[in-house]
Parts: sequence; structure tokens; C-alpha cells
Amino acid sequence: MSATAVHAEPSFFRKYLWATDHKVIAMQYFFTGMFMALVGGFLAYVFRMQLANPGQNVPGYGVVTPNEYNSLVTLHGTIMIFWVAMPMLIAAFGNFLIPLMIGCDDMAFPRINRLSYQIFFLSAVVILSSFFVPGGPFGGAWTAYPPLSAKGAYNLAPWGASVWLLAVALEFVAFLLGGINFVVTTMNGRAPGMKMFDIPIVVWMIVVASIIFMFSVGPLVAGAVMLLFDQLLGTGFYDPTRGGDPLLWQHLFWFFGHPEVYVVLLPAMGIVADVLAVFARKKLFGYRTILYTTWAVGVLGFVVWAHHQFVAGIDPRMANVFTVTTLIISIPVTEMCFVYIATLYGGSIRFTTPMLWALAFIAEFLIGGVTGIFLGSSGTDIYLHDTYFVIAHFHYTFVPIAIIAVFAGIYYWYPKMFGRMLNETWGKIHFWGSIVGFNLAFIPMFMTGLAGDPRRYFNYSQFAEQATPALQHLRMLSTGGLLIFIPFQFIFLINFFWSLRHGKQAEMNPWHANTLEWTVPSPPPHGNFAEMPTVYRGPYEYGAPGRAADFWPQNEPAYNLGGDD
Amino acid sequence: MLERFMTGASTYSSSVDHLIFLIAALVGFWLIVAEAFFFWLMFRYRYREGRTSQYVTGEEKELKRWISVPHMLVIVCDIVIIVGAVKVWMNIKQTMPPAEQTVRIYAQQWAWSFVDPGPDGMLDTGDDVRTVGELHVKVNTTYHFELLSRDVLHSFCVPAFRLKQDAVPGRTIRGWFRATRPGTYDIQCTQMCGMGHGVMAGRVIVETPEQHAQWLQRAANPAFAAQPAVSPSAPSATQGAQLAEVRP
Repeated sequence: MSATAVHAEPSFFRKYLWATDHKVIAMQYFFTGMFMALVGGFLAYVFRMQLANPGQNVPGYGVVTPNEYNSLVTLHGTIMIFWVAMPMLIAAFGNFLIPLMIGCDDMAFPRINRLSYQIFFLSAVVILSSFFVPGGPFGGAWTAYPPLSAKGAYNLAPWGASVWLLAVALEFVAFLLGGINFVVTTMNGRAPGMKMFDIPIVVWMIVVASIIFMFSVGPLVAGAVMLLFDQLLGTGFYDPTRGGDPLLWQHLFWFFGHPEVYVVLLPAMGIVADVLAVFARKKLFGYRTILYTTWAVGVLGFVVWAHHQFVAGIDPRMANVFTVTTLIISIPVTEMCFVYIATLYGGSIRFTTPMLWALAFIAEFLIGGVTGIFLGSSGTDIYLHDTYFVIAHFHYTFVPIAIIAVFAGIYYWYPKMFGRMLNETWGKIHFWGSIVGFNLAFIPMFMTGLAGDPRRYFNYSQFAEQATPALQHLRMLSTGGLLIFIPFQFIFLINFFWSLRHGKQAEMNPWHANTLEWTVPSPPPHGNFAEMPTVYRGPYEYGAPGRAADFWPQNEPAYNLGGDD
Repeated sequence: MLERFMTGASTYSSSVDHLIFLIAALVGFWLIVAEAFFFWLMFRYRYREGRTSQYVTGEEKELKRWISVPHMLVIVCDIVIIVGAVKVWMNIKQTMPPAEQTVRIYAQQWAWSFVDPGPDGMLDTGDDVRTVGELHVKVNTTYHFELLSRDVLHSFCVPAFRLKQDAVPGRTIRGWFRATRPGTYDIQCTQMCGMGHGVMAGRVIVETPEQHAQWLQRAANPAFAAQPAVSPSAPSATQGAQLAEVRP
């Protein structure tokens, strides 16, 4: 812990650009992530327009060539996962919430934290710069399988491919630095009295996610360096003509890539847990069950990766092993969902905007979860692998994670972050428009996937079975869903920036929540707590019997009733 | 169920379809139950004036049933699905019925080419028939294939057969199929392979033995070799190959 007792107000440069304050770093991640989401969203708009009207001019972009189409889908995926989901869920919420929720003044390593953002910012600049390099950005899919990604002669974007890899590797470094900070801070920085089972679930989930990330990313960083050597120095790690093996990359990539799903899922689940408890006015159903299932997901997440490679040419006997492990991981995940649903039982549910988003997360994520079974089971994956069914499935997980849960978090913690309330009415309009648009965009993809539409095709005219009017109508419907979704995000942006100045002044604890961040002014000052808090109970004591108020802040001393609490 | 979306034309296509249906029925039922219960709770415990929430920790034994019973049900469903998945997988990928004919498939940026063993039924002999974009096979005949790639990863996918297999440079990957219905079916490339990925089309033409014999006869004609893949049924099969030639 940085044990500095006095926190003088720093200069503008030190405060916003060279900050070590966890809240400012959180905001830096937050706004960078938000900007990258606009970039990633624009890419999706362009390629969905191309699919709805192949070969037509896309307003705001132009005509999409096959090579550009590949780059668009590649960078949409890369940006949304590495530059939106990761910074938003882990870095922005992790940085903002962990010190405030566990009751300490800053992260354990504030300067490592600053370095982490700076490297992340650099990585964002590098990935964006790949749009402007000779040959254009990389187009070999976000999985970057060699040999395609290894040789300019194959991918036609030698610059783009290397710049892409460099950016991703830098991003990993940034999150390694951030991850160690989250874990150490939570383990060492907790307020006196906060025991392991008194830590808010969202903090636990970010910690577990950071641990998963740190364990899984190492092999891929090594793999990325090898791929960079293949590209630039002419080594042959993945080149079969020189004794290398392209499948090696797939193992290294998915050994990270599948745990990565849980790296972003867990913080989202954590946000939802906290929002759910506050607005159902209920103690979380089975705090320990949630924690144990979280660890189970974290551990099992390491042994399922090859379900991405059933038909990749691995030994077919391995598929059986990975089918079993993949279906086993459905057990803790469904259990987590059941626990969340059960939390509503006996509640007094307030349908505020953050609560709507949290509830929508559960409703939509269930669909994403069950459709994963079709893909984790080897027999059906033969048909469904790399079709639009996969796209629909993972967007039913990733959109709830990176968009719906993030909005739940933004609407919930905005008063704490910025000291103002967001407009509820516009928040609800934003919510309903987004949910309708989202479902309309992705339900048709389940159908086109079942009909055999392969991913990453810029049009289907060469394939008699796919080039039917019925399928084209479904594709257009999907694009229509996106076109509904997008304008509602501008409503959010207007609400967000308007409320920064004109929103209703937020009280210290507008939602009557228990956790420690609500015991400091909104927004919290540098150093967070005027007086360091002491914790007396768990974070979810809502509706506790024998109390007039239906909440019981963690730092409020217990009345001495002779009980042992 | 899947037949409504995509015709099935191989011996194992219906087993994949049945497995999809089995999973859909199982998870669909539980999805609906879970969502219905979820929405009912939302309605039942909505905020009302004067109603306060109950203090339930979820650690009580009788309440834990709400988690442990679904937990057991999920395990049972998982086991059913695993058994189904492994059975289908073993049939399609892990075991191979004896071959009646063997073909070789080459994937390259961005075209499919095929080697048919010709009248003698043996690969790598003088009478092999090479085609681009079109694979001619006999109906109700068990084919083995040897799948190779000349450059990057590709994936040989015949949706109507429920068949998909990546092609990996440096490896020869073997698999099998047995077509059940004459007709022309699409071959897709389902692994990102570069600029022409979206036009890397091919056709499987499933023929009766007589039609196949006729095709072999035509193929023996020296003129055939000079004009690969110009059959009107595959007008676009060479588009990817053309793309490959014009690239910088």
C-alpha cells in the first residue's frame, strides 16, 4: 500500500495525463475503450451493410472490396475483444472499483498502473495505425492462423499483419501489469475487518479474471513473438516446409483464447451480481456458491480450448476429451446463472435502468450459454463450426458481457464516477432500443448458420445453396437489427455527456447500497477516504431482519446486541 | 429439423441432424423453463409500496435445493449430450468404413482441385483424372479422401454432407463420406484463407454409376485436360483461381 496520508491536489498534467490515481486511470481506460467501441461498431456497420447489399456503396465508407471486408471483420473482432471488452470490464471497472470497494486509497502499485495504461494507449495507437500502413490492415481473422498470417505473399498485408501482432502483444503487456495490481491490491489492501467472504463479488470476479489472464497469456505472448519472427526474420516456427507446424499456433492461441472468454465474462457477471443485489434489495443467493463456481469456471476454462479445433486436423480422439470438459464447464456456469435468478426470490425489485441492463444480461446470456452446447459437442460442431451459428452464439455471450453488463455498470456507478445522475427516461429508451436491435441482429444468424452460411464471406453469390432470396432476407434483417441498435447508442452518448454537466447532483449513496464506494463523496476525492473505513459485515446485507432501513452499509458499526454477527 | 435449412445427402447427415435436434430439445426445454421462472420472479417480486424484501442467504439447506436439483439435471443432460456427440463423432471422424474409392483433394488460394483415380481405381497412375472446382463421385459409394493444402489453411466443407475438415499444409488428412442422393452440392472453404476466401467455391457432383462412367469417358478425352472445370454447372469455380493470378 502507498501509505501516504496527505493527498495534495495535483496539477492538471499530473492529475489527468500523468496520473497515478486509480480513478483517473480508470477513466482513461474507460474513455479509450468507449472510443474504440465506436471504431469497432463502425467496422461492423460497414461489413453488415456489405452483406445486406453486396457490392453496393456503403454510406460513409464506399464500396467494400474482398480484401477490405476481411480486414473489417478481423479488426472488428480484435478491437472489440482486446480494446473494448478488456479495458472496459477489467481495467476501467477494476481500477475504479477495487480500491473504493475494499476501502483503500489507491492501487498497490500506482506507477505500474500508470505504465499499464500508457502501454495500453500505445497499443491502441498501433492497432489504429494499421489502417494507414501500405497494403492496408491485417485481414486474416482475429485468430491470425498461420501460414496465412505468417507470410505477406499469402495475406497481402505484410505491414498490417506485423503491426496487428505488435499491437496485440503490447496490449497483453498492459494487462499483465494491470492484472498483478488488481490481485495484489485486493489481497493486501482490504480495510480492516473485510474478510475473504466480505469482498464484493465484482471485486472477486475481476481478481479471478486477472489470475486467469496472467496464467493463460504467457504461452500466447511467446507464440506471438514466434509469429513475428516468422513474419520478419524468416524463421519457420509455423512453416511446415521447414519443420514447423501451423497447428502449434492454434493451440497457443486457444489456450489463451478460451480462458479469455472467462476473463471478460467474470467481471461482467460480477457487475451484474452487485447491481442485482442492490435493486432486488436482496442478499445474493449463496455468496459462497458464486465464489466456488467462479473458481471452478476459472480452472476448467484452461482445459477446454481445443473445442475450437475439432475439425482443425488434430487427432480425432482428442475431440472426445474436449467435448467432455466443455460440457462439464456448463455446470458451474449454469449454476451461477441459477444463483442469480434465485437472488430475485423474495426481493423487492426496483426496475431502474441499471437493473434492466443487469436482468437483460441474464436473459440474453442464457441464450448464449445454451447455444454453446451445440458447438461444444463435437458431433454437431462438424456442421456448425465456422458458420454464422458460431457468430450468433458468441455475440449472445459477448454482447451481454461487453455491452449489456458494461451498461449496467455505467448506469449504476455513473453517479459515483461523475457526481451526477444519468437521465432515467433516456436510459430506458436506450435500453429498449438496444435490446430490440441486438436480438433482431443476431437471431437471424442462428438461422443462416443452420442453413450453412460460412463466416467471413464478403458475399455468397458463388454458392448456389447460400445465394437464395430467403437467406438474403435474413441477412438483411440482421443488418436491420444493427441499424436499429446503432442510433440508440447515440442517445446514450448524449445522455452521458449532457449529464456530466446538467445531470441531477448525485448524493453520496443514491441507490442505498452497502459497499464502501458509496460511503465517500461522489465523485470520490483524491485518496478516496477521509478516514479509512473499517468493515463489519458482508456486502449484501439487504432486508436484514430487525432493522428499519433495508440496507446495512459494510462500514456501519454493529449495534451491540450481544450477538456475534 | 435441419433438413428444412439444408438438404442432407450423405449417410451421416441425418445422424448430425438428429444430434442437433436432441440438443435443441434438451437445452430448449430448460432454456424456456429458466427464462419463464426468471420472468415470473421478476413479476412476482416487483417493488410494491410497503413490501420489503426477505432476508434469504441461500446457504440454508432447503433453499440450496433450488441450486442442487438443477445442478443434477444439468449433469444428466450433459451426459446424454456427450454420449450422443461422441457417437456421431466416432462415426464421422474417428472410424473409417473400408473405402470403395479414394480421391485426393488439394486446397490452394483460392480454388479446389481434385484427383479422381480414374478407371483403374488407383491414385497416382496414368489414368488419374484431375479437375478444378468439381468433384465427381458415385452415389452410394464409400469414398475416402486425402486432403492436402498447397499454401495456407483451408477447410473442406460440404454442408449437404455435414462434412467439414480443415486442410493443413504439410499434412495429409484422411476422411470419408458416402453420398446418398444424386445431385450437385456446394463445396465451401470454411477457414479464412485470404482475399479470395469468399469465392473459394467448388461443387460435388453426385452421379449414378452410369453417369459417372460417362463422365470418366469424357474425361479420358485429351481435350478435357486442356479445359479444366468449364462445365456450365460450375461457372464460378475458377473465379478464385483467376483472382489468384491477378493478385500483385
